[in-house]
Amino acid sequence: MTMSVWLPVGILLSSLIPGVLIFFQPEERHRSRTLLNLLGALVKSLLVGVLIWGVFHEQVFETRWTMAPGLEFVLHADALSVLFVSLSTLLWLVTTIYAIGYLEKTPHRSRFFGFFSLCVTATVGLALAGNLFTFVVFYELLTLATYPLIAHKGSPEALRGARIYLGYTLFGGLLLMIGAVWLHTLTGGVEFVEGGILDQYVDLDQDTLRWIFLLLIMGLGVKAALVPLHGWLPQAMVAPAPVSALLHAVAVVKAGAFGIVRVIYDVYGVEFAAELGVLTLLAVVAAITIIYGSLKALTQDHLKKRLAYSTVSQVSYIVLGAAILGPVATIGGLVHLVHQGVMKITLFFAAGNYAEALGIHRVNEMDGVGRRMPGTTLAFSIGALGMIGIPPVAGFISKWYLGLGAVEAGVAAWVLPVLIASSLLNAAYFLPILYRAWFKSPVAPWPEDKSSGCARELPDLLLWPPVVTAALSLLIGLFAAAPYSPLEWVELIAGREYRQ
Amino acid sequence: MNNLLIWPVAVPLLCALLALLWPNRSTWIGVVGSGLSLLVVLLLSMRVAENGVMALALGGWSPGLGIALRADGLSVLMLLMSALVSIAVAVYASVYFSQAERKAEFWVLWLLLLTALHALFLSGDLFNVYVTLELLGLSAVVLACLGGSRASLQAALQYLMLGLLGSLAFLIGVALIYAGYGTLDMGALRDAIEAGPTAWVALCLMTGGLMIKSALFPLHFWLPPAHANAPAPVSAVLSALVVKAALYLILRLWLELFYGVVTQLAATIVGVLGAIAVIWGSWGAMRAERLKLMAAYSTVAQLGYLFLFLPLLAALPQGLERDVALGALVLLALTHGFAKSAFFLAAGVIMQRAGHDRIAELGGTARVLPVTAFTIALVGVALIGLPPSGSFLAKWQLISTVFVTGQWVWLPVIAIGTLMAGAYIFRLLGQAFSPGEGVGPSLSVGYEEVPAMLLALIATLLLGFWASVVWELVPLSAYTGGNI
Repeated sequence: MTMSVWLPVGILLSSLIPGVLIFFQPEERHRSRTLLNLLGALVKSLLVGVLIWGVFHEQVFETRWTMAPGLEFVLHADALSVLFVSLSTLLWLVTTIYAIGYLEKTPHRSRFFGFFSLCVTATVGLALAGNLFTFVVFYELLTLATYPLIAHKGSPEALRGARIYLGYTLFGGLLLMIGAVWLHTLTGGVEFVEGGILDQYVDLDQDTLRWIFLLLIMGLGVKAALVPLHGWLPQAMVAPAPVSALLHAVAVVKAGAFGIVRVIYDVYGVEFAAELGVLTLLAVVAAITIIYGSLKALTQDHLKKRLAYSTVSQVSYIVLGAAILGPVATIGGLVHLVHQGVMKITLFFAAGNYAEALGIHRVNEMDGVGRRMPGTTLAFSIGALGMIGIPPVAGFISKWYLGLGAVEAGVAAWVLPVLIASSLLNAAYFLPILYRAWFKSPVAPWPEDKSSGCARELPDLLLWPPVVTAALSLLIGLFAAAPYSPLEWVELIAGREYRQ
Repeated sequence: MNNLLIWPVAVPLLCALLALLWPNRSTWIGVVGSGLSLLVVLLLSMRVAENGVMALALGGWSPGLGIALRADGLSVLMLLMSALVSIAVAVYASVYFSQAERKAEFWVLWLLLLTALHALFLSGDLFNVYVTLELLGLSAVVLACLGGSRASLQAALQYLMLGLLGSLAFLIGVALIYAGYGTLDMGALRDAIEAGPTAWVALCLMTGGLMIKSALFPLHFWLPPAHANAPAPVSAVLSALVVKAALYLILRLWLELFYGVVTQLAATIVGVLGAIAVIWGSWGAMRAERLKLMAAYSTVAQLGYLFLFLPLLAALPQGLERDVALGALVLLALTHGFAKSAFFLAAGVIMQRAGHDRIAELGGTARVLPVTAFTIALVGVALIGLPPSGSFLAKWQLISTVFVTGQWVWLPVIAIGTLMAGAYIFRLLGQAFSPGEGVGPSLSVGYEEVPAMLLALIATLLLGFWASVVWELVPLSAYTGGNI
């Protein structure tokens, strides 16, 4: 079957080729650049549709290319890849539209959209990586593709944020690589297989495997912003709003979380990892990160910084779910991969809109903004309520399954308090914003009111993306039990991971 | 049809003579000569890849008396690198030297350097190796002086003195070998050399001489000034090719001719020197204030990595794992060759445009010279060892060999060296992408930016995705199987 070989490559090329072509577009060729972007996103969506259908019917999609003796470049689609590929494809499309509106008439747009496409290519490559070697390749490529996006403005703060990001991620990439090479020399090759492979190597020293686990998780934990490796994330919020949105929702932090899921489930095998006793430590680190991120978010007055610390906290829900043994917790963690992405991207779009339309960067400037920008503020409110975990927004589903999973696994005694405390803290840092926005009236004029005299709050390209993603986070919460919903798909994954 | 072996040497030599006769046409002769050399090298490589090792005794004399030429996997790979780099550099130099008064001298020397390099990679006899090494060193020194500044003359003088010292040490080693074993044919020596004072002293002298030429710490100090002050095209070949010639000989001696003599201790000492070079060179590059100086220090560091392989190779028995490690070494050397020549050419473009190469004043480069900024980013990927470059694969195998042999001490060196490379590359890229007017107004995109970009693409894409060729060719050795 040639299609089964070419489909994963096609999904990569559908953003790589537009990305490369966009670099060569002159700055003023606005329309051809937009056309390339949207064409790529459209083709990618179609291909991903075929992929979803195929994987659901247990078809095999695989591409192999020998790069060096014993090192194969493998693209392979399983149910977990599909989850992440669909999320990236969908949110890339929305973010591209938003970015076209946001960056209108700013310099270096060809460079920006070129790297933007490369960034998505790397993310999709991570999702489709069929072995640890290929994963490392795309993990490093993602670092390279995001650096120019964070540094995009070229201001001293942007360069500083990008430098810090790079220091952290190069260090993380190195740890991941050393761990991966080590495991590679012991096993002769690390393919991702549902249920894990390491329990078959009975003669391997368990302590060595624990050390390798530590190296891999530390390497991935840098991007997943696990405490104490999270320091780059609040600095990286100097990037333009679409970049922050993508970074916090799909590209970078999710790459780390996704990698942790891969290592636990498809390399070690969750049961074998639990036997080694490495999961408890990881769950504790995740719990600390959840609480620490929320506490830090509470003290931030800068809106994007508050959202950034909220990401630190929320991404660790995924890690926590992955680190608790039992299918229900797995479902809670994995489904949050999608839910957090959709909700957080809404919040960052909205934050970008406040800055763009009224020059609002700080929480204390947001009094009465709801009446001035109702669409954006409505979207922001839905996202924020979802983050707190209020039904029927998607975030509720994640927290429900995480709590249930903790009970099922017998660790409710400490996981439930963490979840409750974190939800209370989420409420404590989101609700005051909503209160200010809807119920207070503005005390001072907005810092930079650009839209005075305009009838509409914002151009369509900026207004609709957050509205659409907010609606989406409502819908996937409301219709969580519908076929092909994220929850249903994640249940399929969990079923395959715990098949034995 | 083993006569094909002569042509990679004969073509540049004939063109050098032609360039001497027609100085007015020297640019054309130089570029065409480099192109023809590439053509014959490609033909030769395909032949070797198909039929295996080739040998030729020039003039019909039996090996041991006449000039023996041999081509195996390693020589062919080095020849390919040298031919590809030199055609790109030649195209760039045709622009760089188009206004220069002394361009005829440049082209004659350039073609002689190419002759010497190719002869060195093909020589199957230690005396010929010495002759080519001397010719290579002298033409390199004269090329390095072409800048004409006081600093470049001083650096070149130091380069000359140390180069002569290195050749002298090598020659004494060769003489000892001849006295001890009665032959200088490398194929015959492979079987004759056995552990003993003669072999040890000869190996020490020859290696010492070559270490000077390949700038291994602590004999590296001549390299940064010499490479940084030469004209850009010359720096490119000095850093990419000339130091690699000495490295190539060290590999031949240590892994093949003296295979039975080399002890683990000796290899470890060389490895330690390599480790210090990695850290020292990276530190120099981090502190460098000028672009070309940064590139030169980075060469010291990258050569250090190559020497790290020696203790690992010495610990592995003949077999697949050793071949994999050796392939990784060669791949790293090739990637560095392409990346570093691209780096120096890009630096040359910036220098000609801006009139300086002070890193702190390079703001705005990415806006004015996007192709060159892109080239430097690609070079950075290869120098740090990030995917998809060839050096990523090589580093993966290097770390893998560290785990297989249990020589853990090298792991921190590799890790720290990688992070330091990241630090100096991104310091540069951060400057290049920041706003500023350091490079001057935007002019039309000249085609002098293109050769550097092509070289960088070879290092980062071609050698990443098609590196298997290296591992297929490296085990084809003229001196280990005893089939010659």
